[in-house]
Amino acid sequence: MAEAPKKPAAAGGRAGTKKELPEHFKDYKHVWVFIEQERGVVHPVSWELLGAGRDLANKLGVDLAAVVLGAPGGGVKEAAAEASCYGADLAYIVESDVLTDYRNEPYARAMTELVNTYKPEILLLGATTLGRDLAGAVATTLLTGLTADSTALDVDTDGSLAATRPTFGGSLLCTIYTLNYRPQMATVRPRVMSMPDRVERPLGRLIEHTFTMVEDDVVTKVLSFIADRESDKSSLAYADVVVAGGLGLGSPENFQLVRQLASVLGAEYGCSRPVVQKGWLPAERQIGQTGKTIRPRLYIAAGISGAIQHRVGVEGADLIVAINTDKNAPIFDFAHVGLVTDAVRLLPALTEAFRKRLSASTSERIAS
Amino acid sequence: MHIVVCIKQVPDSAQIRVHPVTNTIMRQGVPTIINPYDLFAIEEALRLRDKLGGQVTILTMGPPMAEDTLRKALTFGADRAVLLTDRFFAGSDTLATTFALAAAIRKIGDTFGPVDIVFTGKQTIDGDTAQVGPGIAKRLGLTQLTYVSRIADVDGEARTIKVERRAEGGVQELATKMPCLITMLEGTNEIRRGSMNDALRASRAEIVKWSAADAGIEDTAKCGLRGSPTIVKKVFAPSPRATKATMVEPGDATPAEALIAEIFKQQPELESKLMTLARGY
Repeated sequence: MAEAPKKPAAAGGRAGTKKELPEHFKDYKHVWVFIEQERGVVHPVSWELLGAGRDLANKLGVDLAAVVLGAPGGGVKEAAAEASCYGADLAYIVESDVLTDYRNEPYARAMTELVNTYKPEILLLGATTLGRDLAGAVATTLLTGLTADSTALDVDTDGSLAATRPTFGGSLLCTIYTLNYRPQMATVRPRVMSMPDRVERPLGRLIEHTFTMVEDDVVTKVLSFIADRESDKSSLAYADVVVAGGLGLGSPENFQLVRQLASVLGAEYGCSRPVVQKGWLPAERQIGQTGKTIRPRLYIAAGISGAIQHRVGVEGADLIVAINTDKNAPIFDFAHVGLVTDAVRLLPALTEAFRKRLSASTSERIAS
Repeated sequence: MHIVVCIKQVPDSAQIRVHPVTNTIMRQGVPTIINPYDLFAIEEALRLRDKLGGQVTILTMGPPMAEDTLRKALTFGADRAVLLTDRFFAGSDTLATTFALAAAIRKIGDTFGPVDIVFTGKQTIDGDTAQVGPGIAKRLGLTQLTYVSRIADVDGEARTIKVERRAEGGVQELATKMPCLITMLEGTNEIRRGSMNDALRASRAEIVKWSAADAGIEDTAKCGLRGSPTIVKKVFAPSPRATKATMVEPGDATPAEALIAEIFKQQPELESKLMTLARGY
C-alpha cells in the first residue's frame, strides 16, 4: 500500500499520496452530517451519524453541523432543531419546493452548492438508498473521495478522516483516506453507529441558504409515491431479538425452523449473504455489511460461518449465539456463546425449550 | 435505441480465500464471473431492445482477461462488446473508474451511434460501493435513476421514460427524459438462456478493445491510482474478540436446554425481555 513520501511528491506523481493539502482546500473546516428527512420524518441513521460526527468534531476541535433539505414548512426547521439535541452545534438548511420529494438533481445541486459555499472538511451521509444516490452524485460533481458503507470512522494524527470498511467481498477490512481533496466523504449504514443520547438543548446557529433552482429546471418528475405496506416492512435493523440462518441450514425449506424460533421469541428473522445469492430469501432479509446491520439484545446465528462482511453487520449485538457444525468456523471468533452442532437438528428442540421456559416463567410471574 | 450496459468481472466471492499470514487475497485459481447484479441490467437492456429495436453494447473496464466476461455477456444476445483495457487504469477508485467509463461511453456514442440509456447493476459484489453508476451519470450529464425496480414505459420518439424506483419506505414513480442512467435492482427479472446462435456468434465475435488513447482519454493523470482521490492506507484482518466464545457442552442437559441456560447466565435480564416480546409486545 501507499507509503507517505519523505518529500512532497513531484507534480504528476501519485496524487493521492501527497501529504500536503492543496492551498484552496485549507479553509475547508468542520464536520457535516446530512439529515435525511422525507415527508417530515427523519431517518434514525441521521441521529446515529451525529453521534459519530460529534466524536470526529471533538477530536478535530471543530463544529458539528447538520444539513437539512426539504420543502418550505416540510419539517426542515424542526429536524434542524432536533439535530441539536443529538449533538449538532449548528445547521445549514435549504427550503425549496423543488426539494419536496427526493430527486437526485435538485438534492445533488443544493448539496453541492452548500459544500462549495461553506466548505466542510468531512461530510457524512447514511448509506440508505437516498444517501447513496445523493453521495455518489455529489462526490463526482466535487471530484472528491467517497468511502461507501464505512463501519468505523476515526481521525488520524494528521487530522485526516480514516474510514474503515470491509473489502474484497467482505473477507478483509481496509482503511481509506482522502488526503488531497475536500470534503472527505463517507456513507454509513443504519445501525452501524450507536444511537447517541438525546439531550434537550437549543440549536446554536441556523443558516438558511437561498436556492434558486425552480421546478422548470428539474427534468425528473415524481408521479407518485407508493408507501410500503406496514406488513411488508422488515424491522430487522431495529429489532431487539434476531434469529438468522445461513447455508448451513441446507435448504430454503429449513428456514421454517428459523421463523418458528423467531416467532416464539417475538424476534425478527434474517439470513447471511449467500442465502440471498442462492435466492432462498429476499435481499431485505440479508444481515451483514451489504444487508442490514443489527444491534439486538440477542442474536442467534444458525448455520452461519461468519465471514467478515457478516461480522461487521452483527457486532453491535449485546449477545451473539452461534450454532455451527464446524468448530473452526470464524463465527466462534466473535460470538459470545457457541454450540457445535447441526442447527437443523437443534432448532426445533431449541424452539420447544424456549417455548416451555418462557411460558413457565410467565406463569410463575402471574402466580406471584 | 442504443443501450450501453456496464458490467464488471468479479471474483466468485464464494471462492475467495485470504492468505493466513500475509492477509492478501489469494487470486490464483479463483474463478471469475459477471458481477451477479449486472445480469439484471443486461436482461433489462435486452428486453428493451427486443421490444423497441436497436442495439445493446456491453462495456467493461479491466485486464485483458475480462474478455471472457464480455464473451459470456454476448451469449445472452448483446450486439457488441467493448473492453477498455490499459495499464493507466490500474488502481482506479470509483471516481477514476467513472472518468474512464464515461470517456468510453462517449466514444461508443461517437462510433456506434448516440446512446439513449446506460445500464449498470445496483453495485458489484467485490467493491459493494454502488458509486460507479451515479458517477457515470454525473460525468455524462445523464438523468440518474438508481434502484429501478420496473421500467414502465419508454417513448423513443419523445425520448421520455417512466420508471419505478425503490426509495426509502416505498416506491417512487418517476417520469423523466433520456438519455439516462439506470441502476437496475436485483430480482427484477431473470436472465435469459441465450440461443445456440448467440452462443456461436459470441464465440466468434470480435471484442472491441480500446486503450485509454483509443477511448479518447488524453489526461491519463485522471486515470488509475493517480486519478483516485481515495487511497487505501491499510488492509487487515479483524482481530478476534479478546474473550473467546463460551462453548456450550451439554453434559446432562439436552443441548437446547444447556444453550438456553448459558444465554440467561450471560444476560440474566434477557429472560424478562423475552417474555415481554414473546407475548407480542
